[in-house]
Amino acid sequence: MRPSLSQLKNTLTGILSENVVLVEAYRELTLEVPMAQLSATMQCLRDNPDLSFDALIDVAGVDYEEFTGRDPDALRFAVVYHLLSTRHNWRLRVRAFVENEEEPAAPSMAPLWPSADWMERECFDMFGIAFDGHPDLRRILTDYGFTGYPFRKDFPLSGHIEMRYDPEQKQVVYEPVTIEPRDNVPRIVREPHYGDSTPMPLPPSEPKV
Amino acid sequence: MSEHHYQLNFGPQHPSAHGVLRLVLELDGEVVVRADPHIGLLHRGTEKLMEHKTYLQGLPYVDRLDYSSMMANEHALCLAIEKLLQIDVPIRAQYLRVMFDELSRIMNHMLWVGTCALDLGAMTVFLFGARERESCFDILEATTGARMHPNYYRPGGVYRDLPDKMPQYQSTLRSAEELARMNANRQGTVLDFIEAFAKQLPLRIDDIETLLTDNRIWKQRTVGIGVVPTEQAVALGCTGPMLRASGIAWDLRKKQPYAVYDKLDFDVATGTGGDCYDRYLVRMEECRQSAKLILQCVNWLRANPGPVISDDRKIAPPPRAQIKADMEALIHHFKLFTEGFPVPAGEVYAAVEHPKGEFGVYLVSDGGNKPYRVKLHTPDFVHLSMLAAMAPGHMLSDVVALIGTYDIVFGSVDR
Repeated sequence: MRPSLSQLKNTLTGILSENVVLVEAYRELTLEVPMAQLSATMQCLRDNPDLSFDALIDVAGVDYEEFTGRDPDALRFAVVYHLLSTRHNWRLRVRAFVENEEEPAAPSMAPLWPSADWMERECFDMFGIAFDGHPDLRRILTDYGFTGYPFRKDFPLSGHIEMRYDPEQKQVVYEPVTIEPRDNVPRIVREPHYGDSTPMPLPPSEPKV
Repeated sequence: MSEHHYQLNFGPQHPSAHGVLRLVLELDGEVVVRADPHIGLLHRGTEKLMEHKTYLQGLPYVDRLDYSSMMANEHALCLAIEKLLQIDVPIRAQYLRVMFDELSRIMNHMLWVGTCALDLGAMTVFLFGARERESCFDILEATTGARMHPNYYRPGGVYRDLPDKMPQYQSTLRSAEELARMNANRQGTVLDFIEAFAKQLPLRIDDIETLLTDNRIWKQRTVGIGVVPTEQAVALGCTGPMLRASGIAWDLRKKQPYAVYDKLDFDVATGTGGDCYDRYLVRMEECRQSAKLILQCVNWLRANPGPVISDDRKIAPPPRAQIKADMEALIHHFKLFTEGFPVPAGEVYAAVEHPKGEFGVYLVSDGGNKPYRVKLHTPDFVHLSMLAAMAPGHMLSDVVALIGTYDIVFGSVDR
């Protein structure tokens, strides 16, 4: 039998400090932690026997720049961790927003979970978030000599450079992209209750002059 | 780098690199001192591409991650979308999904055992595995229209029910007797064909095991090689057969059941040693369990006809005939395939027990018709990351056994 979400919720609220926010949505728990407390919180999540999150399943960067309804002054980058406890059969999501947008950085989780190594390298590669204390922070997925952070929202889908084999120079050459960015289906975010069967209240009619 | 060490570039064009792995090895004689895997040569930016596609358009992309077990990838993405939409999937669709998930597992393990045996010097196993995969491809083709990239699962169910007829071979070059022999097991429905396939599969696995399990060379190459200690396996990020071979009975199908796995009877195979040989044994046993699961699904599907996709017209398209007769159905169809459907704002993580381990989809939606962010967690990315820690101390030829038994597919490592 799987332990219930409320059980995990109660355990977490009993153990963790006041500064963290615990959100329940879609039968999942998300813990919002200030970056300064991230290392200590993660250490506690792993080592406390009542929690014992022994597996770090995933590290994901998120760029909230174009998120609909976002406060423009809010922090842009977040690092999202997915934890799993094989002892208690619990999952937990931990999110920490990166404070400095120009030089984004977060503490590395590699000393706690060795599996963080490549996941953080990927996050660094894609979002440019540096992980302090990472043993070997290099790019991992992009080409040798690549510049820019491709998963940021201000990075175009088609990229900046393209490569081809040049028969005259007899080598591969890099050039600026020639493809035009094209979006056949625009991103659409409808207002709340769009298409509900109850009619929207009509706007007050303007007084006739 | 020490004076008497030398560097070896292994791949990216090497048959044992399973695709495009470039491995920079520092060697002391034949013993590996340091291993540095360079990945990303197949990086296509799937996650970014999916941010620019509607949810339906994004589905085919996950087929192309781990292209040897496509259906399991689709399942995870569909589960994530369904979780955000909070819609129910018809029970028949769930059984179909389980059946095709298990077919994928067989396809994956058959390819794995074949290629891994090739790496270690056994040729025949690959042919045996390819023969079983060919039957699976025929099932996929009959059901979905595609052999490799089916795009069969949809948010709210599956694309269509199983066809009534299994397609038969046709030829003007072959004799009538030969054709009749080739079509002997294709006289009935697709379900009959699947049942016959699942029933004979344990015998086929016996064939493979006869070649390998007690084979002296195979055991010399795999026993005691690449041991993942039980106490480190979880922290290293092992999931799936890699974790179970180390003796931890962790299987999402049992521990966090999705679809109808909690209604089906199957066992979880575990190893004891955590070495390459145990990984082989675990995967072979998983194939037998998959055959058992498929037979249970076949029996259920035969007895319980019903819808295979949600009737929520804001998510799933209306039946073709209705579009011809009903204006509203036509509008629904048009809207679904031009604008797509909006998914409520929020974030979810959905994971399935993929043949290689835990395959997870972290989906962030801002309420639009396209995902705001998709993070695909693939098991072999994590498993490959262990190589730098595991390889030192092994012989160069054992690195091949290590990479082989990690079960790595570059479509899913590089995304």
